Amino acid sequence: MSTKLSVEHVYKVFGAHPKRALERIERGEGKDTIFAETGMTVGVSDASFEVQEGEIFVVMGLSGSGKSTLVRMLNRLIEPTAGAIRIDGRDITRMTRRQLIELRRREISMVFQSFALMPHQTVLENTAFGLNVAGTSSSEREKRALDALDAVGLKANADSFPDELSGGMKQRVGLARALAVDPGILLMDEAFSALDPLIRTEMQDELLRLQAEQSRTVVFITHDLDEAMRVGDRIAIMEAGEVVQVGTPEEIVREPANDYVRSFFRGVDVTHVFTAADIARRDQITVIERVGVSLRAALSRLQEHDRPVAVVHDRERRYQGMVSVESLTERIDALGRREEGAIEEAFVPGVEPVAADRPLTEIMTQVAECPWPVPVVDEHGRYCGTISRATLLHTLNRTEASAA
Amino acid sequence: MIGFSADTASFWQSLQERFVIDLKIGEGFTALVDFMREHFGLLFDAVAATISFVADNLTLFFNYLPAPVVFGVLAALALWRVGWRFALFVLAALYVIMSMDLWPASMDTLGLVIAATLAALGVGLPTGIIMAKSDTLQAIVRPVLDFMQTLPAFVYLIPAVIFFGTGRVPGTIATVVFAMPPCVRMMNLGIRQVPVENVEAGRAFGCNGAQLLFKVELPLALPSIMAGINQTIMLALSMVVIASMIGAGGLGDPVLAGIQQLRLGIGFEGGLGVVILAIILDRLTQSFGQRNKRGAGLLTRLKTFFSRNGKADAT
Ligand SMILES: Nc1ncnc2c1ncn2[C@@H]1O[C@H](COP(=O)(O)OP(=O)(O)O)[C@@H](O)[C@H]1O
Ligand SMILES: [Mg+2]
Repeated sequence: MSTKLSVEHVYKVFGAHPKRALERIERGEGKDTIFAETGMTVGVSDASFEVQEGEIFVVMGLSGSGKSTLVRMLNRLIEPTAGAIRIDGRDITRMTRRQLIELRRREISMVFQSFALMPHQTVLENTAFGLNVAGTSSSEREKRALDALDAVGLKANADSFPDELSGGMKQRVGLARALAVDPGILLMDEAFSALDPLIRTEMQDELLRLQAEQSRTVVFITHDLDEAMRVGDRIAIMEAGEVVQVGTPEEIVREPANDYVRSFFRGVDVTHVFTAADIARRDQITVIERVGVSLRAALSRLQEHDRPVAVVHDRERRYQGMVSVESLTERIDALGRREEGAIEEAFVPGVEPVAADRPLTEIMTQVAECPWPVPVVDEHGRYCGTISRATLLHTLNRTEASAA
Repeated sequence: MIGFSADTASFWQSLQERFVIDLKIGEGFTALVDFMREHFGLLFDAVAATISFVADNLTLFFNYLPAPVVFGVLAALALWRVGWRFALFVLAALYVIMSMDLWPASMDTLGLVIAATLAALGVGLPTGIIMAKSDTLQAIVRPVLDFMQTLPAFVYLIPAVIFFGTGRVPGTIATVVFAMPPCVRMMNLGIRQVPVENVEAGRAFGCNGAQLLFKVELPLALPSIMAGINQTIMLALSMVVIASMIGAGGLGDPVLAGIQQLRLGIGFEGGLGVVILAIILDRLTQSFGQRNKRGAGLLTRLKTFFSRNGKADAT
């Protein structure tokens, strides 16, 4: 993956003398002090991060933390006070007006919270807005706009007017309008925040589906953690104008940079953030399957450690099965005194391993219903650990404890 | 009351004599007007020539149009934009005007109103646009507009007469100035009220200044702009009537005659004519402010009109 967009030490100060405010920031004065003493607002302070080609990069933070300001600097709807913003290596803060207009027409488009459709234009005309502005011929304009509408499932409404559509449909038009120009980067400022929860989830799925069809670089702003976790490949968290943490959803859940970040997870269901591998434990006894490992030796190991089950894997750590004290005893009893049985014959039936990358939500039932710990395997079939009911309960408990 | 003696009165009198000097505002104004007449005479002549050309031709044109054509066009417009009831009203109202023998006067007034409105919009709308784009200009223009709107209508006649004498031209010019403020204001307001995100959307998709104005701001400000135009037309109509005092002609003449000669009937007829024109112009221009996007054309209107009548007949 290559870097599509890089933001380097970007600042935005709203007020009469931004440079003076920058000096104060340099001296270590806080946003509040600067506002109290000069009346200037530090919207964004020293933001740095990189967005990779094809990823959905979420910027999350409370209201007023500078998300909208940040995203508007990426297409210079708001002029940065300092810093560099590179798209494909070109610093857009140095572009002339004409280059900037060209960039906005071809390379970067935007979806707005309030949809911002033109009420006097039909859905089709709205969708073709960017192409129209760029001077595309009317036949091509129509074709591409129809394709974009088709992609969001609104081709049938091409001749409607915005006020005849529901909120969700309006935002689909907003999305189609942004997609019609086939941009390299899509900016979405709280694009789904004005929608009902149900429609909102639907739109998130729509975005993920579109992303699966053709992946674009998306900078997605939200104040909602659940949304961030659902759509984000990586998340940047903003607090009072500063980017306090950047990481994958898991990294952020596991190691919140500070209390502000932690506070987001209060009352949040993390079961869809954690995967099987995240909570799997390597505390089971393992038996390496090889010629000559006897059922009796395995049994005695179990009894020695006072454990009910053991995991059997081969020399490459590939998972083979699970044996229990009972299954081993039963098998040994069935065999004659001198006979040596193969260990496969003692595998506990009904224990299915789960893939390491499955989210917790999907495996919860299986873990809960299985009498034994459920083994977890990676994509090569290698054993990663097991998840017992106790582990699962413990994880769920921790979520609830932090929610309380 | 007891303490208010002749002494105190003369005390104030002496104070006033000592401290209040005559600023000679009236003389200053006269000097200014003289100065302007001397140095900008050519400009005034040019303005007068243009206005007189437009106003004369428009009044001529409306008077030249055979009455049935005017009936037909106005009724068709009414049917298209408003509805069949209003179309019937228009026909009846125009008939009343004819019966009062006020047709030529009404056509004069219509021509003057349209000429003055065109001039007012020509100056006012661009001013409103610039005003919307610049806070400084707004700060300057707004008090001027406030001032213009608080001045009584008659006051506009004075400079018009001074610079342009009497007749149709100064009448129209006074009307232009008097009728301009609403369209400036509403244009400014309309553009400023376009939702921020729509303007941002325009810019985000790469609009340059002109595209932003024509593809986003003006279309979204249209209802407000049309309301301003409507008010401008209404003000122009009322001013044209007043301007008959300086010889502008039209429907103001019978009203003026009614006042001066205490001829109640004539005055009332003139007034009624003005009201009729006002209603027709008002409803028609208002209808353009509402977004009729389904584009219910004249044909559809006619169809619904006849089908509705057909049903009415059947029952
Ligand atoms: N045009 C502006 N002028 C002055 N202050 C602004 C302006 N826009 C935003 N701000 C301030 O900058 C800060 C960040 O705002 P914003 O980026 O809108 O936050 P968010 O989108 O995260 O809610 C806020 O304190 C806000 O008041
Ligand atoms: Mg915001």
